[in-house]
Amino acid sequence: MSNALFQYTLRLADDLLILNHRLSEWCGHGPILEEDIALTNRALDHLGEARNLFTYAGQVEGKNRSEDDLAYLRMERQFTNVKLMEQPNGDYAHTMARSFLFDAYHLPLMQALTKSTDAQLAAIAGKSVKEATYHLRASSEWMIRFGDGTEKSHQRAQAALDNLWTFTGELFENDPVLEEMTKAGIAPDMAAVKAAWSKTVDEVLAEATLKRPADGFMATGGRKGLHSEHMGFILAEMQHVTRAYPGAEW
Amino acid sequence: MSENPNNWPLWEIFIQSKRGLDHKHCGSLHAADAEMAIENARDVYTRRQEGSSIWVVKSEHIHASRPEDAESFFDPADDKVYRHPTFYTMPEGAKYI
Repeated sequence: MSNALFQYTLRLADDLLILNHRLSEWCGHGPILEEDIALTNRALDHLGEARNLFTYAGQVEGKNRSEDDLAYLRMERQFTNVKLMEQPNGDYAHTMARSFLFDAYHLPLMQALTKSTDAQLAAIAGKSVKEATYHLRASSEWMIRFGDGTEKSHQRAQAALDNLWTFTGELFENDPVLEEMTKAGIAPDMAAVKAAWSKTVDEVLAEATLKRPADGFMATGGRKGLHSEHMGFILAEMQHVTRAYPGAEW
Repeated sequence: MSENPNNWPLWEIFIQSKRGLDHKHCGSLHAADAEMAIENARDVYTRRQEGSSIWVVKSEHIHASRPEDAESFFDPADDKVYRHPTFYTMPEGAKYI
C-alpha cells in the first residue's frame, strides 16, 4: 500500500518536474517579454507543486529521501513521468499544445484529487486547483489564437497536435499501482478525468478550428521508467550541478 | 516601433490592490487584445499579490495634457489658498472630515 502510494505520488511529481524543466528552457527566449514572464510563472507553479509532492513521497517512502534527493539523484529508469512531458519545446505552438493537452488533464485530476481519501494529496491538490484553472485558461486561449489565427499559425498548431497526440494515451493508462490507489479511494476514477479531458479538448479545438487527431498508436512506457531519447539530456542538464558538487550549498 | 504591424499594441495597466481602493496605474505592456492584456498583466504585475482587480486600456486611448500647457493649466492655482478647506473651525467631535 505505502509502496503504491509512494509510486503514485512520485508519478504526479515527475510529470510536473519534467514539464517544468521543459518550460523553463524558454526562460529568456520567450517570443515576447510578457510571454517569457508568463511561461516562467507557469514553470514555477509546476515546480512548486512538484516540490510538495516529492516531499510527501519521501515521507511515504520512509527512507529519509528529501525532495532534492528524489529530483536530482534518481536515474532515468527511476523517473515515471509520461513521455508527453519530455517532448522538446519545438515552436511556441508546440510548447502551448503540449501544455494544453496536459492542463486539460491536470485540472480535472486535481479537482478529483481534492476528494482523495489521502488527506495530504487532497490538500496538495486543493492548493493546485486555482493555478491549474489559470493554466488551462491561458493555454486554451493560445490554442484558439493559433488555430483561428493566420494560415501559418493554424498549420503549426495542427502539426503540434498531430505530433503530440500519440503521447496522450499514457495519461490515462491503468496499471497495478493505479488500480490499488483507485480501490483505496486515493486516486480518482480516471475514466471521469478522461471524459473531462476529452470534453475540454473537443470544445477548445472546435473553437480553434483545429482537428482532433484520430487515436492511433499510443506511446507507452514512461510510468515504467522507459523514456524517449530526450529524457537523458534533460536529466543531464537538470542534475549535473548536484552530481558534480554533492551536498553543495550557497 | 509602433508602425510595425507585427508589433502588438501597447496597453496601460491599472491594478486595484484591495477591494474598495482605486485602481492605480502601474505600467504598460504589449498584448494582441484586451483579454491577453489582462492575462499578461496578471503575470507581469500581480505575481507578488499586488492585485485584486485589473483594468487595461489601450495606450492610444489615453489623451494627455501637453507639457507646454502646464504653466497656464496649473500655475494659476498657486495663489488660491482659499480653495483649500482650511479656514473653517472644526466643530469638536467631528472625526471624519
